This record gives sequence, C-alpha cells and structure tokens, in this order.
Amino acid sequence: MIFANPDLDLILPELVLLGGTLLMLMVDLFARQNGRWLTHALALLVLAATAGMVLAQGMTLTGTAWNGAYERDVLSAVLKLAICLVSALCLIYSRSYLADRNLWAGEFYLLVLFAVLGMSILVSAGNLIIIYLGLELMALSTYALVALHRDNRRASEAAVKYFVLGALASGMLLYGMSMIFGATGSLDISTIAATYGANETTNSLMAFGTAFIVVGLAFKLGAAPFHMWLPDVYQGAPTAVTTFIGSAPKLAAFGMAWRLLEGALGGLSESWTDMLSLLAVASLAIGNLAAIMQTNLKRMLAYSTISHVGFLLLGLIQGTPDGYAAALFYAICYALMSAGAFGVILWLARQGFEAEDIDDLKGLNQRAPWAAFVMLLFMASLAGIPPLVGFFGKLMVLKAVIEAGRLWLAIAAVVFAVIGAFYYLRVIKAMYFDKPEGADAMPAKDRGLSIALSANGLAQLGLGLYWGPLIAWCLRAFS
Amino acid sequence: MDLIVDNLELIAFYAFAGLCLASALAVISVRNSVHAALFLVLTFFSAACTWLLARAEFLGIALVLVYVGAVMVLFLFVVMMLDVRTEKLREGFIRYLPVGIVVAVLMLMQMVVLIGVRRMSGIGLADIPGKDFSNTEAVGMKLFTDHVFGFEIAAVILTVAIIAAIALTLRRRAGTKHQDIGEQVRVKASDRVRIVKMPSEGKPEVRQ
Repeated sequence: MIFANPDLDLILPELVLLGGTLLMLMVDLFARQNGRWLTHALALLVLAATAGMVLAQGMTLTGTAWNGAYERDVLSAVLKLAICLVSALCLIYSRSYLADRNLWAGEFYLLVLFAVLGMSILVSAGNLIIIYLGLELMALSTYALVALHRDNRRASEAAVKYFVLGALASGMLLYGMSMIFGATGSLDISTIAATYGANETTNSLMAFGTAFIVVGLAFKLGAAPFHMWLPDVYQGAPTAVTTFIGSAPKLAAFGMAWRLLEGALGGLSESWTDMLSLLAVASLAIGNLAAIMQTNLKRMLAYSTISHVGFLLLGLIQGTPDGYAAALFYAICYALMSAGAFGVILWLARQGFEAEDIDDLKGLNQRAPWAAFVMLLFMASLAGIPPLVGFFGKLMVLKAVIEAGRLWLAIAAVVFAVIGAFYYLRVIKAMYFDKPEGADAMPAKDRGLSIALSANGLAQLGLGLYWGPLIAWCLRAFS
Repeated sequence: MDLIVDNLELIAFYAFAGLCLASALAVISVRNSVHAALFLVLTFFSAACTWLLARAEFLGIALVLVYVGAVMVLFLFVVMMLDVRTEKLREGFIRYLPVGIVVAVLMLMQMVVLIGVRRMSGIGLADIPGKDFSNTEAVGMKLFTDHVFGFEIAAVILTVAIIAAIALTLRRRAGTKHQDIGEQVRVKASDRVRIVKMPSEGKPEVRQ
C-alpha cells in the first residue's frame, strides 16, 4: 500500500478556507438574525486568514502536491490574493443590500466562501480532474447564489438560465478533456504538455479536444458568441450576487484558461490563438455595441464585461510571458473596477428601490457629490481614461498585441474601446449634467460600505499612478 | 461463422452503442415524458453495457445501480406527479429541425475531416488485463491514492449541494398548516377549554 505524501503544508490556504467555512456553518446555525454580524465578521476573517496563509507561505514558493494534482506557483499566489481581496470587498458591499431584502442569511456567506474555495482550487489545479472539480465547486455555489432570492421571478429565471448554460459549458469542457485524455493517456497538465507531438496520429484528436475546451472556456468567461447568458444573469440576480459573480470568478476563469491553454495545450498554440482572436474581436464588437443601447445599468455593465473579456483574451493570444502578464494585470484591475461599479449600485439601493436604471443616477452629483465622484472614478477607469488604472491595463494589453505583430487586432481593440467610452461617459453625464427625475437615489448609511467603496475607487487612481509593484508581480508570475 | 465469433466483442459494442444512441435520440423526440424518462433508463443501461465491454465492470454496475436504480426512479416519480404537458414545449421542434440538421451535418463533417476516421485506428484499448485482475480494487486504489485530493473536493461539492438545496427549498410560507408536536404535548386543558360564566337566562316568556 503506497500512500502519497499528502503535502498538507502546500494546501494550507485551502485547508484554512475550508475549515473556517465549516466553522462558520456551525456558528451560523446557532446565530440569531440579529447575530448575523458574527457570520459577516467571521466570513471576512476567514478570507483574511486565507490571504494571510498565502502570504505566510511566501509569494515565491513553488511546488506540487498530491501527485501533481495541486500546483503552487507565483501565478496561483497572486490570483488567490486577488480573489480573497475582491470577494471580501463584495461581502462588505452587500451587507446592507441583503439586510434590506430579507436575504441577509448565513447561506449567502457560506456559498460565497465555497465559491472562493472552488476558485482557489481552480487556479492552482495541476490536473484536468481538479480543474473540473474546482470549476464545478465554484459554479454550483454561484448557481445557488443567483437563485437565493426565491420570490423574485427574474432571479429564478436567471438562475435556471445560468444553470442550464453552465452545465452545457461544463459538458463541452469535459468532452474536450476526455479527448485530450484519449490522445495522451494522461490527466496531468505537465504530462499532456510533454506528450504533445510525440505521436503524430493523436495530434489531430488533441486539436479537436482543444476546440471543445476553448468553447467551454468562452462560455465560462462570457466571450461572444457564447455570451447569451451573461446579460440576463447579471440583470436578474440580486445585485449583491451580481457584484460577486461579475468580479472574482473572472480571475479564476483567467487562471483556468492559462492552465489549460498554455499549461497543457501550449504545443497547439497556433490552433487556439486563431480561435481566441475571433472570440476576442467578436466580444469587443458585441459587448461595446450592445452596451450602447442599454438603459439598465446592470445590463450595461454585463455587456461591458463581455467587451472586457475581449481585452483579456487579447492578452492571452500573444502566447508570450508579457502578454500573459498584461492579461493578468487586466483581469485583476477589471475585477476591482467591476466590483466597485456594482458596489455603487448596492450603495444607492435601498428597500424597494434597486437604483439599477441609468435614469436613477440623474443629478446624483447634487444630492451626493462623493458617491457621484466614486462612480465617476469607476466609469472612467472602465472606459480606460488616464490616469486611472483601466487605462494602463488596456495600454499593457495593446503593447503586447503590437509587439506580437498583430496590428489589426490592436486597431480593432482601440476602435471598439473608443466606441465603448461613449456609454461610460453617458453615465457620468447623467450624474453630473442631468436634472434629477423623480428618483432620489441616496447612498446608504453603512460606514463599512462607504469606506471600502471609497478606498476601492481611490485605488483606481492610486494604482493608475503607482502600478509598478502590481505589474512586477504579474510579470514574475510568468517568468 | 468464424467471422462472427472472432468479432463478437466488436459486434456487441456496435449493438450496444447503437442502442444507446437510438434511445438517446428517442429521449428528446418522444412526446410522452414518462416514455422519455424510460428511454433515458435504456440509454444509461446501454452505456453501462459498453463499459462492461471495456472491462470496467465496477463502473458499469455502479452506473446501473446509481442512475437507473436511484436517480431515474426518482425522476420518474417526479415526471408522473408533475403531469407536464410536453406538446406545447415541442412546438418548435419541427420548425427548427432543418437548421438543426444542417448544423449537425456540418459538425459531423468537421469531425470526420479533422480527426480522419482511418487515423483513429492508431488508438486502441489499453492492454487487456488478466483474469485475476480486480476492477473494483483498481478503482479503489486509484481513487484513494492518486486521486484522493479530487475525492475530497467531490465531498465538498456534495456539502455545497446540501447547503444549496436547503437554502433554496426550506422556507416557512405564511398560511401553511403544520403540526408542532411540542406545542401539542405541552397543551393544558385551560388553553383549549374556556369556561365562561354566564348568568342563567330566565324563563322565556310564552307569547300568547
């Protein structure tokens, strides 16, 4: 009987996260409704402990555990820290929104933490089965989160749509994985990468599996033309849940895409780069053009997600460490921007008022200048206006695209980014130059929320002026 | 005759695989939803048979026990109880059929061109193990040594499933009548019966 050395010290962050989540499950069972603060604080504490554990292990620690099923490297450390930070922000933003709608229950925190565990496993998966399991852990938790508001028909519809299309995407991914397994006889990412090219007869089978994996990834990322679920889910889900599923899972999906495409299928890069560039251009076009027509802020941000995914894919296409680092930088910045933009909606919402139409923001500057300014920072950062961090994300990706000699892709990206700037500026115009119309959105009096959201907004400016350390870590993740 | 005996396994594989595909097609095309569920049972069963042919006895039997025995029976109960009118759901089927067929044929052509049926012959089944090879033992050894990490994650996924199921279904609706046995046991006579003192009425006057 050979039992593999469990290497528990490498998976300590996940162990802490799982242990803390289960502890929270027990504590929450006995907490009364007015003791929900305890769950809230405990959830933030667990996320902080997980991030602390990643830091305590050392950012540069590398190694594999569980027969290569678990991979610890700089990329996974950077992504885990970002995921913990963004998820903690989402939890802080959501508290008052949930309390106003009788949704402030322990299940919300539990499902969010389980989803974070899934993401954490996903970004350090070293084997196809672990990728699939991590993905499903994340996806199942988010399906349930979307459906959490049971009496809302929109939310139920969104949950069913999300579930069915998510299952379809998982099926595609699994089908592609099974072909890769059939061609290489291995589930290990490193073995698959080493096996490619060894046997001519199986190369076409691998190309075929790659096509399915790209489709599955595109579904999960929300890249056009596999984006149909995204606007409905973002609009239908409770805004607190949209904030979460619109931010942290994008980081995990980036990690998964990198592990699968570069880690396992790096030898087939010429077949997947063409697929990805088509997806990227389609996402940029559909995302930006469709967002112009939206009057609902959540739906508009959903289409904006599609266009940002296009930018993310542009970084992946290059197949160079610089390109990957740019994409990672972009993903982290986007997660922060997106969480912040939805966070402002949560801030302005109150009982019986969702503040999700652009018209609801009209004249916000006169009533709440600070809230309007924070929203301005997020919108300008999403649009990519210097000196905010969104601009540097776009710049970095475009630089990598041009260096790789794909000028037409860079031109298309710039054209669509300029078109996209229109609808972000329209929100700013509504806040600063329009007269208020009936709606009187005011920021909620929740100190934790206002401080965290203001910090997030100012971080857009701060990171835009001082982006050196973050990009340095992004570069180290791929060197 | 020898040809048949020599290729018995291949013939059996094609028979089971064909049955599997045909019944899967029937699942999505029959009108009656109970029949569809029964065809799904047949699909699982034929898939289990092909697994048996691939010498994965344990997995084949597990598929029959878990999916046919437990999941599908539950599913049948639900289908029978819900009384779904599927005719309405199927109205678009014929209308979209031509488009669907075109897409399916295109995908099939892509597969044939890309993989090349003949080139597939390089990939065969793994070595056939000897008679004293225990499938169950091999699965168990793999599961609890090489894949123990994945096994544990699967356990976490099941925990999430329980939490999600409870969060989405457990609720107290206003107006539902349910028993509270503790209350019933604790009840005292004074809670149920109220003795009201009333002045006794006088003799009714008899009208004349």
